Amino acid sequence: MSGVRVLVGTRKGAFTLTSDGARRSWEVSGPHFAGWEIYHVKGSPADPNRLFASQSSGWFGQLIQRSDDGGQTWAPVDNKFAYDGVAGTHQWYDGTPHPWEFKRVWHLEPSLTDPDTVYAGVEDAAMFRTTDGGQSWHEMSGLRRHGSGPHWSPGAGGMCLHTILIDPTNAKRMFIAISAAGAFRTEDGGDTWQPINQGLRSQHIPDPTAEVGHCVHRLAMHRSRPQVLFMQKHWDVMRTDNGGDSWREVSGNLPTDFGFVIDVHAHEPETIYVVPIKSDSEHFPLDGRLQVYRSKTGGDTWEPLTKGLPQKDCYVNVLRDAMAVDSLDACGVYFGTTGGQVYASADAGDSWSPIVTNLPPVLSVEVQTLS
Amino acid sequence: MIRVVLPFHLRTLARVNDEVELDVGGGVVTQRSVLDALERAYPMLRGTIRDHVTQERRPFLRFFACETDLSHESPDEPLPAAVAGGTEPFLVIGAIAGG
Repeated sequence: MSGVRVLVGTRKGAFTLTSDGARRSWEVSGPHFAGWEIYHVKGSPADPNRLFASQSSGWFGQLIQRSDDGGQTWAPVDNKFAYDGVAGTHQWYDGTPHPWEFKRVWHLEPSLTDPDTVYAGVEDAAMFRTTDGGQSWHEMSGLRRHGSGPHWSPGAGGMCLHTILIDPTNAKRMFIAISAAGAFRTEDGGDTWQPINQGLRSQHIPDPTAEVGHCVHRLAMHRSRPQVLFMQKHWDVMRTDNGGDSWREVSGNLPTDFGFVIDVHAHEPETIYVVPIKSDSEHFPLDGRLQVYRSKTGGDTWEPLTKGLPQKDCYVNVLRDAMAVDSLDACGVYFGTTGGQVYASADAGDSWSPIVTNLPPVLSVEVQTLS
Repeated sequence: MIRVVLPFHLRTLARVNDEVELDVGGGVVTQRSVLDALERAYPMLRGTIRDHVTQERRPFLRFFACETDLSHESPDEPLPAAVAGGTEPFLVIGAIAGG
């Protein structure tokens, strides 16, 4: 019997939403870690019962929680994220040098094959790794020590490393993205990195085509084609067919190409989803209508998906880590809003219904397809 | 024994319902010795009261005892005799801020 488990991180705790393969009725569990900000919860592909959660608070700092029973019970693991060596400086909002300071873990990416190995993307931007199930974390400082590091600067949400994609065919090849530095690729398991931002154009930086400085909001990949990446940039939806060596814009007929999330259909590598947001000054949908846009052509040509979504008076946002897909047939698509709704589609986006409507603001959504 | 009162979220994290009692060993009782003993007894609290690296008090926490704000005292300053003697608790307080 197949099923799905949706892992939801919110401003005030974590929730798990479970259903069978039909995805019509849901059981809601939570809040776990009530009152804490849960930036991300994700399960190990190698052991679906092993989950990791990033728990943080302005008062008490960062914690990492681990579950070995699918989220029924949790225990804290190591929470020491110390930069390797002298942290150095990056560029502050006003252009002056500013010390690298750890603030929180935005994203946890478990290894595809080893349940004890997890990568963590943090603010201020850096990447950490545990190889002992979270008992200790070590910075992969080759990224932060890339020659461009002193020129990285924070986006409005902070200088966060928010996306980590692992090549399913080569675990030493990974892609990450930082707001507002851009996208980077490693070919050697994280020892060295190179910026992969050629083709991006950002009007809000002095040199719109600079090597770094782009506010990348999210990257997505289909596991069958790790050379093809999709990007929701601050403005612009982008695509690369050569692992990031060059990008081209595929915003096409989108009504606005500002947004945060982007994801790929589980079985159709050319079918992608975004949620257009009005602008960087108005973080809500156009005209108060919540619409997912789908392209079945890998970009350029988009169709609005509105069935079951509010089409008036809707002024929520959908944050960068708050969309995911399951791998059932038909593909399920899920996203969460800052209004506390989690919407699900069991038919690849053709129709939607809310699983829950009154959670705290949703920060992240991940899905596990269970067998 | 030294008595320590934790804020709600840290009590939940440490899985304690009430104030905790700590044996800080011999010597002068200071903020540092109390917090060291607290973190030995409850390792999950490491990094939540003091920064892991700098060992400085987290900005939105305060230390009170005997109706006095001790937050800006040196961590190696002796705590009041009533705290050292266990008649008054050492309080870790979360700042009243935020939503």
